[in-house]
Amino acid sequence: MQNLVAEKIGMIYKLPDGSQVEALKDVSFTLEEGRILTLLGPSGCGKTTLLNILAGFLAPTSGVVSLSDRKIDGPGQDRGMVFQQGALFEWLSVEENVGFGPRMNGRPAAETKKVVDDLLDIVGLGGFGSKAVYELSGGMQQRVALARCLANDPDVILMDEPLGALDALTREKMQGLILKLWKETGKTIILVTHSVEEALFLGDRLFVMAPRPGRIEREYELPFAAQGLEVNPRELKTSKEFIEKREEILSLIWEMEEEIMGSRGEVL
Amino acid sequence: MSEKTEIKPTLAARLGLAQFGTTERKTVTFGDASAVVGSRFWSIMSVLILAILWWASAAFEWTDPRFLPGPASTWERFVLIATEGYRRVTLMEHLTASMSRILWGFGIGCVVGIPLGFAMGLSNFLRGIFDPIVEFFRPIPPLAFIPLVILWFGIGEESKVLLLFLAALWIMAIAARSGVLSVKLSKVHAAYSLGASKFQVLRHVILPNALPEIFIGMRVALGVCWGTLVAAELLGAQEGIGQMIWVAQKFFLTEIVIIGIILIGVIGIAMDFAMRLLEGWLIPWRGKG
Repeated sequence: MQNLVAEKIGMIYKLPDGSQVEALKDVSFTLEEGRILTLLGPSGCGKTTLLNILAGFLAPTSGVVSLSDRKIDGPGQDRGMVFQQGALFEWLSVEENVGFGPRMNGRPAAETKKVVDDLLDIVGLGGFGSKAVYELSGGMQQRVALARCLANDPDVILMDEPLGALDALTREKMQGLILKLWKETGKTIILVTHSVEEALFLGDRLFVMAPRPGRIEREYELPFAAQGLEVNPRELKTSKEFIEKREEILSLIWEMEEEIMGSRGEVL
Repeated sequence: MSEKTEIKPTLAARLGLAQFGTTERKTVTFGDASAVVGSRFWSIMSVLILAILWWASAAFEWTDPRFLPGPASTWERFVLIATEGYRRVTLMEHLTASMSRILWGFGIGCVVGIPLGFAMGLSNFLRGIFDPIVEFFRPIPPLAFIPLVILWFGIGEESKVLLLFLAALWIMAIAARSGVLSVKLSKVHAAYSLGASKFQVLRHVILPNALPEIFIGMRVALGVCWGTLVAAELLGAQEGIGQMIWVAQKFFLTEIVIIGIILIGVIGIAMDFAMRLLEGWLIPWRGKG
């Protein structure tokens, strides 16, 4: 099994003024192969730090992360990344972006071209291969980013607010695409988001994280991602069950905000 | 998809005397940068008026022709030095000599400065070593080195190239450094996650990402080199456009001085224009990251 395991992850940042910030404390979980986990929480709760540790860009100050029993100590092709925006290479065409990974690994050009063409079809960008990435809309750019990450066939895909910069309508479409890719490829996915609705809709597991120190406050097992492709997403998102969960999580996050900011009255 | 219909600007709009397109209906244009695109009519006018003033000053003898010769006698002299040359060196030979100094000085400045900038952008150790040197020499005008350069290397060709090299070096190093430092971390992270090695990240991410700033640096450096050239040629030379006007001034050949100044301006504009063409062709993604 390609389980992603985090054991008692701690992360302490030292600030220039000599003080310390505990970005993560005792974060432990096991994510089985093929699950899609969403991370939610107010800013400063360490969700991006956690994602960067899993990607291998940061080394935790304590604890171990491992993928299929191999310790993670640097970036690797078994873990693909999708960033918010602006992580595409604007000097390369769409197909060169998607084929970047295979090319860096010295795969034969013909094989790369086939992989790239297939992936562009899957993400709905067939025929756009020779375009420059800056000619595409924000949503289409994120489709390229998804395809680029899939081209290396990673075991785990890490997404750092991949839809954060998109307009509402494009965002819903892209949520559908992420679900489709998850179902069809069976990849393990971890997605960081600011949107409660998105976290509920896309996660078959969801961690609500809390700040100071950054930690997992509550865990959910959710049914919505599994149903997401069969039923109408709008109906699902307005179902009683979904709304109840949404309100529960929202009030949880509000409580955290109050702890940080003082009373709710000051904020409103 | 919306149908695109060709809208032809009116003659007045082409001359910049009227707004057209989306600007036409704007009520606020004072302070709107996109609404101020210049007026070709007035550009033509300003050049024309200058030319007429120059012609009139000679024709009506407003000025002493020894200090400001008119267009006609300047043109005659231009034809003369272009064909027969001045002091047995033709205009073309003067220009070739100057251009070759520029290309050597600027070229070596790029070849040394760009890798230096990359090193400073990629390593704390190398940045630590070179930062004080580069930051110290950057604000010193290259002309200030002339006495030292003469002391050390004499007044030969090496001294002139060295001076132009010093003019280009710091500009290129700083441009390359800032190009390297402008790379978005997420692009570097993405490349490592896709299996790129350090060298591949350098070659396929950091270098193309730095190219736009390197190009801006090259344009600035070329301009500064061109400006330093005339002074460099004062060091003493047999040929060169700067040397030509310097010698001509001693013999009161004001026409040649004026021809030299106009040529220096025209060539400077042409070089910048060529660089911009090259830029659009080589790095179409500039400013679109």
